[in-house]
Amino acid sequence: MKRRFSDYVFRSYRKRKSVNAAMVAALVAAAVIALIPLVSVFGYVLQKGLPALNVAFFTELPKPVGETGGGMANALLGTVTLVFLGSLFGVPWGIATGLYLSEYGRGRLAGVVRFSADMLASIPSIIIGLFIYALVVVTMKRFSAIAGGLALGLLMIPTVARSSEELLKLVPEHIREAGLALGLPRWKVTLWIVLRGIRGPITTGVMLSIARVSGETAPLLFTAFSNRFWQRGLDQPISSLPVQIYTYAISPYEDWHQQAWAGALMLVMLVFAMNLLTRLALSSAERARK
Amino acid sequence: MSKILEVRELNAWFGATKAVKGIDLSFEGNTVTAIIGPSGCGKSTFIRCLNRLHEEVPDASAEGHVLLNGDDIYGKDIDPVAIRRKIGMVFQKPNPFPSLSVFDNVAIGLRLAGLRRGAMLKEIVEKSLHLSALWDEVKDKLNAPGTSLSGGQQQRLCIARALAVEPSVLLMDEPTSALDPISTAKIEELVTELKKTVTIVIVTHNMQQAARISDSTAFFLLGDMVEYGETSKIFTAPKDARTERYITGRFG
Ligand SMILES: Nc1ncnc2c1ncn2[C@@H]1O[C@H](COP(=O)(O)OP(=O)(O)OP(=O)(O)O)[C@@H](O)[C@H]1O
Ligand SMILES: [Mg+2]
Repeated sequence: MKRRFSDYVFRSYRKRKSVNAAMVAALVAAAVIALIPLVSVFGYVLQKGLPALNVAFFTELPKPVGETGGGMANALLGTVTLVFLGSLFGVPWGIATGLYLSEYGRGRLAGVVRFSADMLASIPSIIIGLFIYALVVVTMKRFSAIAGGLALGLLMIPTVARSSEELLKLVPEHIREAGLALGLPRWKVTLWIVLRGIRGPITTGVMLSIARVSGETAPLLFTAFSNRFWQRGLDQPISSLPVQIYTYAISPYEDWHQQAWAGALMLVMLVFAMNLLTRLALSSAERARK
Repeated sequence: MSKILEVRELNAWFGATKAVKGIDLSFEGNTVTAIIGPSGCGKSTFIRCLNRLHEEVPDASAEGHVLLNGDDIYGKDIDPVAIRRKIGMVFQKPNPFPSLSVFDNVAIGLRLAGLRRGAMLKEIVEKSLHLSALWDEVKDKLNAPGTSLSGGQQQRLCIARALAVEPSVLLMDEPTSALDPISTAKIEELVTELKKTVTIVIVTHNMQQAARISDSTAFFLLGDMVEYGETSKIFTAPKDARTERYITGRFG
């Protein structure tokens, strides 16, 4: 029997289809496996933390050892303050560095800056804490919210800078040229056309780095330290969720362990809420212009 | 007729490579001049020298004189930024600004130049969209993203954007080469209409287009200008053999 070309095509087509199906299945499996740790961490924190979570936890100060109840309201406020201070310092600096690298950085200096940013990103966060300790805490002669904020901000700079740089480089050159061709100076084109055009993705990068530093404990231990009471001022020690969780978790009290779990859950929820709020703000700002 | 733009001894380089070689050429006010020539002959480079955009490319440089109403835009102490407000540009690929609405795309040039008055801004945007024959199609979606329009509409949006800052010369670098025939026809019609208000220099690879819409034509080859003249003459009785070969499609 004579075989036709189409028979071969058909056979190889069937084979191709089954190989394709197998590959897709493998990819789906890989994705699901990658999700398992995320889901199980979240589930575990939820299961352990939820029982200890109540209104008092959000509104009250920690109780002294021996007394039950109390909350982590000061640590929650402290973390929000520290992350805010850190962003105030780290986000503009990071974006400015990214802008320099992508829009103006040519030659040696840019190479050095890029390399330094990568180095900075790979320095363990505890070292960053030590650095701020030596620089700020020792000088001011006390632990402070400012020192903690600086440490977090310093951690944010390289990630924000590099993610901004990469995003800016994706903006095609002819967009910049179109801006220049309107008779606008380059800095205006850069800020109000190029950067503004990608503020969504840039914000995503910033949020990722905020989420990342929100849970940092090590750099806060000897910069912001901790505080059992409400914060008094930015030049005073300040409580934070990660440090509070750490303190409670290594304590010998069952009650505190419970609270540490609740604190962990709160931290996860905080990051989640910040992400959600930024997104909402961004999209409603988009709509408001219409 | 008055010469609005006069080019004298214009040279341009990319690094050490010379891409435009001593061009002399004048543009009359309220006319359309077509620049034709094979790929890589320096057409884009040439018109990008006319608004001093060429020098924004790293390592690129230009030298010579371009007189806009008698004043040399390559003179000392001339700010290229100010020049580009008077000589606008439309690019080959429609490139509305990302995440800006239709309205904002047209308004941004004025807004960033400092015009804050909403009513005036609205008026100019509307006028520019009328001029670019886009108004009827977008008047109900001024707030939609500029990138949500069709390719042809996007290109007319880019024309409106360039017109909003009220340039006296409009440079167009193959503005229809990425468009379908109907959009192309609309833009050609538009060009003819626009020459009442601006002087147009248009680069095109489409001979019929050059013949249809331009008053004069310049033929470029390897960075040189081989021939320049009235479009009807260039297309019916070219003086140079190379021009003839090119327009009859025998090389390039
Ligand atoms: N960015 C650049 N760097 C180096 N050389 C360039 C650059 N852009 C263009 N050239 C060179 O300069 C010469 C002129 O290019 P130009 O883009 O002006 O040609 P063109 O006539 O517009 O061609 P096309 O019709 O294909 O658009 C070409 O030889 C090209 O290789
Ligand atoms: Mg070109």
